[in-house]
Amino acid sequence: MKPESQTHPAPRIPHPASRLPSPASRAVIGTPRRKVDATAKVTGELRFADDLVLPRMLHCKLLRSRLPHAKIVRIDTSKADAHPGVVAVMTGKALPIPFGILPVSQDEHALAQDVVRFVGDPVAAVAALDEDAAAEACDLIEVEYEPLAAITSIEDGIAHATPRIHDYADDGNVHKQIALEFGAVDDAMRSADLVREDVFFYEGNTHLPMEQHASLAQWSPDGKITVWSSTQTPHYLHRALAKVLEMNPAHVRVIAMPNGGGFGGKSDPFSHEIVVAALARATGRPVKICLTREEVFYCHRGRHPVLIRVKTGVKRDGSIVAMDFTSFLDGGAYGSYGVASTYYTGALQTVTYQVPHYRFRGARVFTNKPPCGPKRGHGTPQPRFAVEVQLDKIAEQLSLDPAEMRLRTLQPANSVTANWLRIGSMGLGPCIDAVVRASGWKDKFRKLPFGRGVGIACSSYISGAGLPIYWNHMPHSGVQLRLDRSGGVAVFCGSIDIGQGSDSVLAYCVAEVLGIDPLDIRVVSGDTDITPVDLGSYSSRVTMMTGNAAIQAAERARAILADAVCEKTGIPRERVAFGDRRVFDVEDPDRGVSFAEASQMAEAKHGTIGTTGSYTPPRSPGRYKGAGVGPSPAYSYSCAVAEVEVDPESGIVRVPKVWIAHDIGQAINPTLALGQVEGSVYMGLGEALMEEMTYRDAQRNVVHHHPSMLEYKSPTTFEMCDIETFLIEQPEPEGPFGAKEVGQGPLLPIPPAVANAVYDAVGVRVDEVPCSPHKVLKALKDKMKGKDGRYGPARVPVYDFPEPARVLTPAQGGTGRELDERPHSEVGGGAR
Amino acid sequence: MHAAFIVNGERREVAFTPHKTLIEVLREDLGLTGTKHGCELGECGTCTVLVDGTPVLSCLALALSYRDRAIETVEGMAHGNTLHPLQDAFAELGAAQCGYCTPGFLLTAKALLDANPHPTRAEIVDALSGNLCRCTGYLKIFEAVERARDAGCGMGDAERPRGESREAGAAGRVANDGRRDSNSKHASARRRNGGQRS
Repeated sequence: MKPESQTHPAPRIPHPASRLPSPASRAVIGTPRRKVDATAKVTGELRFADDLVLPRMLHCKLLRSRLPHAKIVRIDTSKADAHPGVVAVMTGKALPIPFGILPVSQDEHALAQDVVRFVGDPVAAVAALDEDAAAEACDLIEVEYEPLAAITSIEDGIAHATPRIHDYADDGNVHKQIALEFGAVDDAMRSADLVREDVFFYEGNTHLPMEQHASLAQWSPDGKITVWSSTQTPHYLHRALAKVLEMNPAHVRVIAMPNGGGFGGKSDPFSHEIVVAALARATGRPVKICLTREEVFYCHRGRHPVLIRVKTGVKRDGSIVAMDFTSFLDGGAYGSYGVASTYYTGALQTVTYQVPHYRFRGARVFTNKPPCGPKRGHGTPQPRFAVEVQLDKIAEQLSLDPAEMRLRTLQPANSVTANWLRIGSMGLGPCIDAVVRASGWKDKFRKLPFGRGVGIACSSYISGAGLPIYWNHMPHSGVQLRLDRSGGVAVFCGSIDIGQGSDSVLAYCVAEVLGIDPLDIRVVSGDTDITPVDLGSYSSRVTMMTGNAAIQAAERARAILADAVCEKTGIPRERVAFGDRRVFDVEDPDRGVSFAEASQMAEAKHGTIGTTGSYTPPRSPGRYKGAGVGPSPAYSYSCAVAEVEVDPESGIVRVPKVWIAHDIGQAINPTLALGQVEGSVYMGLGEALMEEMTYRDAQRNVVHHHPSMLEYKSPTTFEMCDIETFLIEQPEPEGPFGAKEVGQGPLLPIPPAVANAVYDAVGVRVDEVPCSPHKVLKALKDKMKGKDGRYGPARVPVYDFPEPARVLTPAQGGTGRELDERPHSEVGGGAR
Repeated sequence: MHAAFIVNGERREVAFTPHKTLIEVLREDLGLTGTKHGCELGECGTCTVLVDGTPVLSCLALALSYRDRAIETVEGMAHGNTLHPLQDAFAELGAAQCGYCTPGFLLTAKALLDANPHPTRAEIVDALSGNLCRCTGYLKIFEAVERARDAGCGMGDAERPRGESREAGAAGRVANDGRRDSNSKHASARRRNGGQRS
């Protein structure tokens, strides 16, 4: 924190009002500092959704399906209705309108209508005076089911079109199918010196936020509803509530509470959020729900299990001539973000290394399991694992160093990829250099003793989705500023802090532009009645989009203040500067006024001071069906080296250290950026080694293996690796002060880096995530028996994809559109 | 049911149904919502409070078993407006991201430092192994505990001047040095030897 300067500005170079502070003169951006809510977080003062209590509040419990797939024949709630303490019982009849995060998959109901689709699907709800009474009443609800055969896996869903889990899917139980070809893959493949085809499987896993989802709803007799919830996307929840409750959206208020961890798991509108609102309306009393940990596992929306086949043709120097990529996703019982997830498994292969010709086919299958959705890295860790492990195999076959091979084939900055993604800044090269140097790569790779090894992998991620979830022409992020005579500044923005520090980023951006301290600023976020719309904390969009909107609003406020100060003091307009809570003459720093005095002059001259800023991402050049998923204002890049120790007796893999470099453009606050990198590495490590969301499917009763934190293995302090982080700062022109994302991208290289390191250590390939001990052991045993020492899927299902839509690449002189237009029913990602 | 607890140094009498857990009484009957829950099954450490200075999982503790005992929650850590050195270090180093697991980590770390004012990285890793965090990857938390340790936190007696009787060896290690080390090996060794946790 900077102390307040009474007389002179600090010895940094002040900045004229006419432009943003140059990097050298920045007072806030780029320096480590506390989060604006740090004190509230360490004192227990910060209130999360379940900490809220209102007078006359009722407690809600949900009755969930115990069958994976069944018709509901009859529901009898009479005993529950009569149970002491029960105020209301609700079934699906009261909430017949479907919802879902994507316009193309409005396939969920707050309470089941006539079918349940997974163990945990909500069927009925009770509001009672206390939680115990609500839970007891749930047990008294009688539900008669007619069981249906359950679809348990990708293969099962492709093989069995019936019973259909939903009636709207592309093909039987195949929810979504995609086939796209950029350039001429088969022709290009023939020019390759080496063509490799590999099959990989990435098991599903879940977010496991420490906070269980909670929501509180309050109905007002004037016909308005307020819902406080642990949601990452208050705006989308707002839309879903208005739709399902059939209310004027102007009468619905969503207040997103700080999330106790999200990671994508609180990005969908959920049954329980709608149910408490409906029960509050029905009873006229506040209603709260806090899910049990078991229920959080059922909410899921986590990483899709993905089965992948990738065929890549390369030249002798490792440069890629063509890639043919196919992914099969186990989607679970509902659409969620799944259409976008499916596109994402094919979107970002092209942004790291040059892929001149590229084919992508993807299919998402409905199964009778909790729905999958977006988890940190949304749809891209799975294909990235496949690409990076396959490149490691290719490098070995070509006798190339895998780090050098990657360096030679990088996608250039300021380019357009074969699938029409526009790349701005691109710092992957420096990332590779940094970790190769720091890890001692050249002295370790293929040189460590048996049982120890190193592996390298790279990745890229979007800094915000280029298109909104529902098609519209409005900004993705809005910020309002309020300034007044006290010198106080309030920032209003619809974004929500899920622990990543988005409230702090708003304060930092405004403080930098206005020359005040971030702790001078009041941040009001995530309240749909009060704050301008921001689409939410997903797709690593918040710093990019709210940051730019905040800068615009602050620049407008600065112009108003500068105008008034110049008029009053006579400081020439081009010489006015903001810094250290003062507005002053850049050539005579003693001449000036305090920020509060400047605000008073502005308020006197212009009246009440309020400004706005907004941000809309630039339009992407892609125009084909499906081009909506993948574009971003900017791409971050990461490279990691993992060092592993593999015990050949037990198969246990330990990771003592990871070196990671992340191309962040510009760190807004290095402390928070490092925290995001370390947290991403941690989560990637969990996925690489142990985390899996798996099911028992004896007699097709698809029951979750371990809906508890004890049995769902995640890294403790003992399993955590040491990390050495490098932030590569090459400012991105589109980013706020040059910044790009950091919250998700650094997870991506970890699983493949670990898998490649395991091969370096013991010479076996585990082409699956997680790299569990039994898989390593099996591969080692096979190798000793003279087999190939690989653990992984042998094949992908036979599936008849449609003929790919053909799109000429930029190099071929394409327009970004498909060559032969197929009839359009909907455009990719549900984006428009 | 009526019972009294010494909560953060204050005697509090409270009426509650006898089957309530300590976390329920703290959160619902005493309004101390700083104590969080992550599983309510004793698996995640989030609900940790100190009872007579020892970490206890308040979600598994029957409140009645703790009547008249001294219970410390996160609300009791700061002295007036002065943050406890652990709180200060967590805030300064970004060891609290979402902040949800933070109270449990703070209290577990406080118990460690109160019992052992100069823990090594391995001892910190060991002591915190029952608390899960999904945001930070633990490293910033380790560094924050080390920073509080080096600030002389946990000397047992609050009156004792900071830095007194610190051995040079233990105190000489600054937070960032530790991060560069690979400590997991030591942690495993500790775990095999029975560790520090009672």
